[in-house]
Amino acid sequence: MRLFNRIWSRTASYIILLAFTAFFVVPVIWLLFAPFKTDHNLVFQNPFALGSLGNLFHAAHVMFTFEDYALLNWLKNSAIYSFGGIVIALICSIPAGYGLAHTQFIGRRTLLGVTLFVMIMPATALVLPLFLEANAVHAVGTPLAVILPFSFFPFGVYLAYIFYSSSVPKDLLAAARIDGCNEWDVFRRIALPLARPIIALVTFFAFVANWNNFFLPFVMLPNSTNYPLPIGLQDLLSATPAFNPGQGGQVPIYRPELAIATIVAMAPVMIVFLFAQRSLVSGLLAGATKE
Amino acid sequence: MKSVESSEPSTPLVSTDSLSSPLRRKRKKGVAGYAVVSGYFVLLILFGVAPAIYAITLAFTASGGHFTGLTNFIKTGEDFRFLPAFENVGKYLFIWLASLVVIVLGLALMLHSIARRVSAAFRFIFYLPGALAGAASVLVWLFMLDPTVSPWRLFLGIFGFKNLGQTILPGHLPLIFAIIAFWAGAGGWIVVTYGALNNIPNELIEAAQLDGAGAIQTALRIKLPLIKKWIVFMLILAFAAGTQLFVEPQLVGEASLGLISPTWSPNELAYYFAFQDNNFNYAAAISVDLLVIGLLCAAVLVFRTKLFEVE
Repeated sequence: MRLFNRIWSRTASYIILLAFTAFFVVPVIWLLFAPFKTDHNLVFQNPFALGSLGNLFHAAHVMFTFEDYALLNWLKNSAIYSFGGIVIALICSIPAGYGLAHTQFIGRRTLLGVTLFVMIMPATALVLPLFLEANAVHAVGTPLAVILPFSFFPFGVYLAYIFYSSSVPKDLLAAARIDGCNEWDVFRRIALPLARPIIALVTFFAFVANWNNFFLPFVMLPNSTNYPLPIGLQDLLSATPAFNPGQGGQVPIYRPELAIATIVAMAPVMIVFLFAQRSLVSGLLAGATKE
Repeated sequence: MKSVESSEPSTPLVSTDSLSSPLRRKRKKGVAGYAVVSGYFVLLILFGVAPAIYAITLAFTASGGHFTGLTNFIKTGEDFRFLPAFENVGKYLFIWLASLVVIVLGLALMLHSIARRVSAAFRFIFYLPGALAGAASVLVWLFMLDPTVSPWRLFLGIFGFKNLGQTILPGHLPLIFAIIAFWAGAGGWIVVTYGALNNIPNELIEAAQLDGAGAIQTALRIKLPLIKKWIVFMLILAFAAGTQLFVEPQLVGEASLGLISPTWSPNELAYYFAFQDNNFNYAAAISVDLLVIGLLCAAVLVFRTKLFEVE
């Protein structure tokens, strides 16, 4: 009876897990298949029917050449904003994490507390205030209005702080001082080279956050040549007759083309995810919860 | 470099050196501390503190700049779009948080009781849609919700939806946004919850099993109480982020032929005040409302749970 119960509950678990697998994966698979079909195919064929390469090339050609390669321009903008933000965030957050963990100065605890607060608060809460501020100094519409707020990444500081205070022993730094390093050398020669894993981690989280950010560039960049991909997607959505046949749009963007744009928008993060897979699923996130 | 070398004897007599000038040593360290945090500090002031203070200032003044007390808060609160916006987000949050508690915990517990290798594969698959957070996830779900092309068309047909307009009727939006949030966000929480479950000592679970507890009893009476603070953590963070809803109603609204209000969520309402009405003071007042909600959530997490190491 007991054995029967166990087999039954195990089978039930697997059925539920597989059902959720379908829920999570089917949309991604559908999206990847969609550009191989025509809009007509998408409506009248089996949702998982294979399409043809010819359809893919046609849709890709339409999408990429649309409005003078707008999609590539958005991609370039996304890359500039994301990486610009990451570089400054790294330059500032790694030393700050080290400073909070291993140096003494007045206001250190306060700074740590404030960091914790802004880290937990959703970044979106500051978007309109940031816009109002940028507006007051006439910075709206410039790439820096997006890059600089991106580079303020308190979560990165917190990660660096946790890393330095838990994985880099104080004795190690003290030993370096005894060997004649001044404070700057201790950081540059000892702490910084040890930071490689934390640099990867901060880069990962900052990249995902920056790349997918919608609200901030949406309010800061009114000009379509400055759009990053997420805003570009919205622009396409508002112009296309794909979802609203009645919307007398003249643009040739239909569902296969929209699917390509969506794939282009998600591909970089997806690639980073696949590369980070092992550490993400087993190590980093699970480790982040260690008590 | 040179001066340091000359001040530190090469023989291990450092202790006397630090004894001779403890003050100087301390001050030097203090300077180093300021130096390494200075870059971050500037960013924090410019893009964290200053915008918040500026928004608060705007929220308490009129366009002329004179102090108006709570007028902006009262005026925006009385606006006919204010309550519906918070109500919409409230409904969405209710569904989203309930699904986090029931489904995310359920899945994490199931994954925790099967073979590690298999569960790692499931966790990765569940986590994968996280790559499509934001605008991309909304677009994917517009396809999924469009009965003419969706792979779930049979399912949508059961509910009698024949076109996208019928699926995304305003009344359905809280559920739809919860599904999108779940699709893109649940995997991350499953990974975190699984990590927390992994930290439960095996002896505890074995002891419970020896005492005759079945899988479900072990889960409910041993595992869940032990990860309670992670559940609280998850709920508060999801709540705080959920109140900020913007991109989802914005994009779905774009596809709805004007059926969906452009002020569906509080953030959209704030945006509307700033960009359509050019009323930055009203926009700031709503931003401050949302900021306060975010701050309260952070305060609860920092002070009431002891999740964050601050020594």
